[in-house]
Amino acid sequence: MQQFLDTTLGGLVLGAVYAAFALALCLIWRSTRIVNFAQAAMAMVTTYIALSLINADVPYWVAFMAAIAAGFGLGAVIERVIIRPVEGKAELNAVILTLGLFMVLHGLTAITFGVQHRGFPAPVGTSAISVGDTSIGITPFGILTIVVVALVMAGLVVLFRFTDLGLRMRAAAFNGEVSRLLGVRVGRMLTLGWALAAAVGAVAGMLIAGGDLVNPAFMDPFVIYGFIAAVLGGLDSPLGSVIGGLILGLSLSYVTGYVGEHLAPLVALGILMVVLLVRPSGLFAAAAARRV
Amino acid sequence: MFAVEDLSAAYGPVKALNGVTFTAARGQVTAVLGANGAGKTTLLRTVSGLVRSTKGSVKLNDKDITRTATEKLTSYGLSHVPEGRGVIAELTVTENLRLGGLHRATGSEPMPVERVFELFPRLGERREATAHTLSGGERQMLVIGRALMARPTVLLLDEPSLGLAPRVVAQIFDLLRGLVQTEELTVVLVEQNARSALSIADHGVVLNLGKVVASAPAAELAADEQLRHAYLGF
Amino acid sequence: MERLRSIIRPVASVPLARHLVVALVAFVVAMAVIGSSSQYLQTRYAEMAYFAIAAGGLTLLTGLSGQLSLGHGALMAVGAYAATLVLERTGGETLADVFVALLVAIAVCAVVGVVVGVPAARLHGPYIAGATLTLAVAVPRLANQWEVFGGEQGLQVSVPRATDLPAWIQDLVWFFTAVEIDQYSFLAYLGWLLLAITFVALANLSRSRVGRRWRAVRDDDVSAELAGIHLGRARVVAFTVSAMAAGLAGGLMAMNVRLTAPGAFTITLSLTLLAAVVLGGLGSLTGALIGAGVLAFLPKFATDLGESVGLSATQAAEVTPVVYGLVLMLVILLAPAGIVGSLRTFLARSPLGSTKEKTT
Ligand SMILES: Nc1ncnc2c1ncn2[C@@H]1O[C@H](COP(=O)(O)OP(=O)(O)O)[C@@H](O)[C@H]1O
Ligand SMILES: [Mg+2]
Repeated sequence: MQQFLDTTLGGLVLGAVYAAFALALCLIWRSTRIVNFAQAAMAMVTTYIALSLINADVPYWVAFMAAIAAGFGLGAVIERVIIRPVEGKAELNAVILTLGLFMVLHGLTAITFGVQHRGFPAPVGTSAISVGDTSIGITPFGILTIVVVALVMAGLVVLFRFTDLGLRMRAAAFNGEVSRLLGVRVGRMLTLGWALAAAVGAVAGMLIAGGDLVNPAFMDPFVIYGFIAAVLGGLDSPLGSVIGGLILGLSLSYVTGYVGEHLAPLVALGILMVVLLVRPSGLFAAAAARRV
Repeated sequence: MFAVEDLSAAYGPVKALNGVTFTAARGQVTAVLGANGAGKTTLLRTVSGLVRSTKGSVKLNDKDITRTATEKLTSYGLSHVPEGRGVIAELTVTENLRLGGLHRATGSEPMPVERVFELFPRLGERREATAHTLSGGERQMLVIGRALMARPTVLLLDEPSLGLAPRVVAQIFDLLRGLVQTEELTVVLVEQNARSALSIADHGVVLNLGKVVASAPAAELAADEQLRHAYLGF
Repeated sequence: MERLRSIIRPVASVPLARHLVVALVAFVVAMAVIGSSSQYLQTRYAEMAYFAIAAGGLTLLTGLSGQLSLGHGALMAVGAYAATLVLERTGGETLADVFVALLVAIAVCAVVGVVVGVPAARLHGPYIAGATLTLAVAVPRLANQWEVFGGEQGLQVSVPRATDLPAWIQDLVWFFTAVEIDQYSFLAYLGWLLLAITFVALANLSRSRVGRRWRAVRDDDVSAELAGIHLGRARVVAFTVSAMAAGLAGGLMAMNVRLTAPGAFTITLSLTLLAAVVLGGLGSLTGALIGAGVLAFLPKFATDLGESVGLSATQAAEVTPVVYGLVLMLVILLAPAGIVGSLRTFLARSPLGSTKEKTT
């Protein structure tokens, strides 16, 4: 029972990060119909930027904000310079392009910062909280993770539901031509979408790194887990991405806890295939069917 | 006033628009007629900068707007309702309307969404509905209402009657006629349905193979039997 | 001259015969080159051969049937482990052991190819990319799960010593190259022999009715289906063939590296293969060969370059993936047809070129 509780709590924390990551993919997918396979590498880069700042005695939360800002800028530049030429082209092109970007960012980070593991600080405790004599399987940083992810989501909901800018962004994503006829600067909105997604990815990177070791490969599992979480939710639905992230986090936590950690990716693959083949439009499909 | 002069455009080697010239007078409905493939849609898309013009000019209230970026046109007072209506299906009725008002004509008063609901009570009943649940007639009302939110002086409509029941077409055209008077609108109404269009138009322009073959007051066109048979199909 | 032409013409017009002749000539040339090369170069040529086999399979899949696979690194891992385990059982001391190991590697990968190919046939674009990428991560991790696979340290691979090879092979090599065969040159010869055979098979397949179906499926799946082509089946066959090539490549890789461990089969390996086929031009076997050459020879060049500008050894090792990544991006942005495709367009425009040859 104790183990089950610990595993569940661990899964929720993990799931929250997957959710944030899936959300970032979803933002990009909605606006440009591209799956950004470089998302994890971009988040890794911004995390390293934060680490350099922290090592230069910049306060943690300032570095956290700097990572978000760096993500925002990186996302915008990448969309403008690299992605713009393949928007609306054959989908294979964008896939290959973002994979190439993944390799480049990976290698450049390794060259700049080295491949060794480095400790990454956390702003709050990273050992399990105790209630009386028994420790429960969640850490203060775990709780912080869930809170931060919840805040990010709330922020996005406010942006998209209640602001004019959010309305413009959604319109540009759903129907670029009509939006242009209504005066929306669609290109700018797409850039903003990528920037925002990369900022969300940067937050996820900070949450994964906190209290742990980082090296240039530390985000690699998120290339696939973020994708799978987003696909579980239907790729198009932000809420679906969040739920997909939680489901994946819990599932993988149970597999790791009860079956064997090395089987986790295989189970994730199984989940992905079942969803793609049985419910191609995701677990929480909206009206439109999806062609996988 | 809205004037197109010698406007030409091509899709690769295909010349879809070949030296089109006409003027739409302020406060009037100018119908642009012609068979399927005549170049009507291309004309509007070229005016809006969605298709690049190869020659000619477009003037809006004596301001040259040829090759102006599409996104800027609403701020100059030109709204274009595209073929196939162009509701943003994923947004609600209210969101579509709000979007229409975000980039309105420079210097104009914002228009409350409620005003559109007064014009189209049916939309008011469905204000929170997602647009993809609307009927064809409701969608047409929505896109016209959305265009009005930008406070245009010139409104381009591409085949608003397409796929609608005659009764609904009549209803929408009546509303349009009323709007032209109350809002001082200049309307360019592209239609294949020439009979209905001429019934509310002041002036008519007939296109064939990308060229103007006739331009005359609506009543005159409707009375020209030969022209009607050759180009207008009624 | 006229007589020569009359002999060549019928051969040249039968694709199988032409492919065989080209392959034979290429193999003989390769033997001569390998025989007179240093041990270092022989190892690179062997590496080029197995990369080319894997890339050939992948380019056929992506270029001809339009399916992207980022899981070919995983399939190579399957082939490598299969061959390694067989060699462990048989001792790996004779040529027969080697061939049995490679055949088992191919067979196991054929099975895996069907298992993966059936669901993959229903996916496209980013979905198949994501799914196969997951495969690339998941499969090598399994080595840590079960003891037979030797965990993170991996398994040693035994390969026959040159003196254990049949005398006729030793003589044949001596006769052709005037150099005694040793373990390094043996693996290079073996790699290029199998490469020649694989490419003949793949080239023929792409020319055959099966290949035409794949292209039809790639170009327009709806019309292909209307024309009575069973979409799923054509894709599964393409995936399986390509998996078999990856399996063979993996088996050869195991023998060359002499160690099979999960660390060798990273996402980067899969992406590297992708870089090779994208660079060469999707669908082109010649392109795959060029790409494989880059894969085999670039790392040392790039690492040297990195060190010469003052990077440490570990940093310099990262220059290579950066180059591959840049290659992927630049080819997509500037020359989506790859080297071979771009050359072909260039030649087709110039009076010298002929555009007849489409899929070699
Ligand atoms: N995107 C396009 N690409 C190529 N040709 C087009 C395109 N759109 C329209 N055309 C051609 O241009 C001509 C005019 O079309 P269009 O403006 O749509 O006519 P209409 O709206 O009067 O039916 C037609 O011959 C049509 O086939
Ligand atoms: Mg039209």
